[in-house]
Amino acid sequence: MSQHPAHEELARIRGLMDRSTRFLSLSGLSGVIAGAVALGGAGLAQYHMNASPGPASDVLTYGTGQGYTTADELLLTLIADAVVVLFAALLGAFWFTWRRSRRTEQRLWDASAQRLMVNMLVPLSVGGIFCLALFYYGLPGLVAPATLVFYGLALFNASKYTLDEIRWLGLSELVLGLVALFWLEAGLLFWALGFGVLHIFYGSLMYLRHERGTRSSEA
Amino acid sequence: MIEKLNKLFESRVRLGIMAVLAVNEWVDHVQLKELLGVTDGNLASHLTALEEAKYVQVRKRFVGKRPNTSYKATAAGARAFRAHLDAIEQLLPRP
Repeated sequence: MSQHPAHEELARIRGLMDRSTRFLSLSGLSGVIAGAVALGGAGLAQYHMNASPGPASDVLTYGTGQGYTTADELLLTLIADAVVVLFAALLGAFWFTWRRSRRTEQRLWDASAQRLMVNMLVPLSVGGIFCLALFYYGLPGLVAPATLVFYGLALFNASKYTLDEIRWLGLSELVLGLVALFWLEAGLLFWALGFGVLHIFYGSLMYLRHERGTRSSEA
Repeated sequence: MIEKLNKLFESRVRLGIMAVLAVNEWVDHVQLKELLGVTDGNLASHLTALEEAKYVQVRKRFVGKRPNTSYKATAAGARAFRAHLDAIEQLLPRP
């Protein structure tokens, strides 16, 4: 398709402005792998909760409020599960994005990546500490909605510095998180939807829109 | 219409530099080089031209023990860049 030279020039300028401010190497496959890992983790958590002898009727504490006896072990199992999921998801996400950055020849750790990380990490760290406090006060039932809300805020904030889909992912996480706050019994289900299904959905969308076939079209 | 196009921006590299500086505060030499895909010498000569036109501001300082040179668009430079973009848009065929 032949274009007016002024069109090409404007497109080149727009591309430069985008590439210098946004981290565009973020791979959709990172989201897909993180989502798959999260679903696996959520399944495992559900299994442990079903197998646990403690009464799970008290949704705010998952039954852990009663003197921290048998349920204590369940809580530790769940935390260990969450930590493994987090690291597996981060590792997978990092690998796909690293692979893509080599393909797009954008440096993985350039100014745009740093901006993205800072804008992501500030709300996320606050959320992490907030969730630790929830555990500390024996309210693990609130952790699932809280992680969704803080993750949504982090994504929404960082979306200025990366692909546009991240903004929508952030908004979706926020909506899910807020609904989950008023539906604590279904906390794990919402968590699985937010960190599993949404990641896979938006990750696939990003992959189809930005990556499929880029090897041939990118000069 | 053509005369509104800035002669200084006829070079793709110079226009590229201004595009990057229009949306970033301070950008250093290495970042510019990587974004634009040009050699050091080429970039330096274009930057000198822009500096002489007072379109960019230069800051030299040390980051640790390494000298680091960063550039920023001046108000006049940002204005000239926007005017040039408007002029390019005028050249586009009306749909």
